Amino acid sequence: MVNVVWLVLIVGGIIVSGLHHTMLPVTEAIVTGTEKAVEVAFGFIGIMTLWLGMARIAEESGLMRAFSRLLAPLVSRLFPGISADHPAMGNMLMNMAANILGMGSAATPFGLKAMEELQSLNDVKDRASNNMITFLAINTASLSLVPATVIALRVAAGSKNPTVIVGPVIIATGFSMIVAIIADRLFRRFSRDEPPSASD
Amino acid sequence: MLNHIIDTISVWAIPFLVAFIPLYGWLRGVKIYDVFVEGAEEGFRMAVRMIPFLVGILVALNIFQSSGALDAVIGFLAKPLAYLGVPGEVVPLMLVRPLSGGAALGITTGLLQHAGPDSFIGKLASTLQGSTDTTFYVITLYFGSIAVRRTRYALAVALIGDLAGFIAAVALSHWMYH
Repeated sequence: MVNVVWLVLIVGGIIVSGLHHTMLPVTEAIVTGTEKAVEVAFGFIGIMTLWLGMARIAEESGLMRAFSRLLAPLVSRLFPGISADHPAMGNMLMNMAANILGMGSAATPFGLKAMEELQSLNDVKDRASNNMITFLAINTASLSLVPATVIALRVAAGSKNPTVIVGPVIIATGFSMIVAIIADRLFRRFSRDEPPSASD
Repeated sequence: MLNHIIDTISVWAIPFLVAFIPLYGWLRGVKIYDVFVEGAEEGFRMAVRMIPFLVGILVALNIFQSSGALDAVIGFLAKPLAYLGVPGEVVPLMLVRPLSGGAALGITTGLLQHAGPDSFIGKLASTLQGSTDTTFYVITLYFGSIAVRRTRYALAVALIGDLAGFIAAVALSHWMYH
């Protein structure tokens, strides 16, 4: 499905550009796209470095484990087979907490570490485990209590009431998370995939 | 009251953590600076690992946008979506949001400037921007970084969640901002 979306964007775009004779701007846009991508990734280096350093302190000091034990009961039903003491749980919870608090830049390093830990529990290495999919369903629904980026944008645009959107955002993201979790459960039960592996 | 709490959290979350984590580590006898540097070393590698996914998506999105294909899709969807209460100005945001955070942020910024942050369109765009994530990008990055090729139904589940978020954001905006 990922492959199809990507192909449609590229081939669809090229066909339309043929019809509209916009080949030249498209060629330019291809180059600027690559430049932008590198720019974005390099812009992340500093903040990722900071949070990965902090994460290591949190791990070594036992803070992450304490945090994980505190909150794991809330989500343990969603992730069968992962104990509160496993680093996968700690990193998933840190990722969720960072997203909820609107700290997007901190969420990504924890999310990627969580995926590495989930992969260590995965029997078939090139195939997504059920727990990975559930984690991503929750992650992309991005439950949010503090939509910090949008509030900052609204302040910058001179809004008289920048936080008016907070209530609706909380409800909308909560709803989208619940729907994603239900959809995940249904797919898990009815998908005609290979049988789930033992660690799922 | 709510505004005050939210403001406080959004201002304090990062400084608090940046101070609390090392303090806790120090009290637990961790050599905090050495451990920090050790963990931080991974940062460059992790950021560089994002490049292939960002290049793949931004190039595809740029092709789709600059060719006029995105405008064609927007034109095609604008009318049915208008019946459902989605103003045409906001349609590009809905289409771009799952693909690129940067592009969506650009569109939202433009809408806030042109329509005004306190207009209906401004508030709806803010709500949409805050309620959904760059789903397609996150899924490809997270699975790609651990070399998982068979992503099964992950994208379907995530996009269903996004759609629910969009619908909720539009419905709530009509209910609460008019």
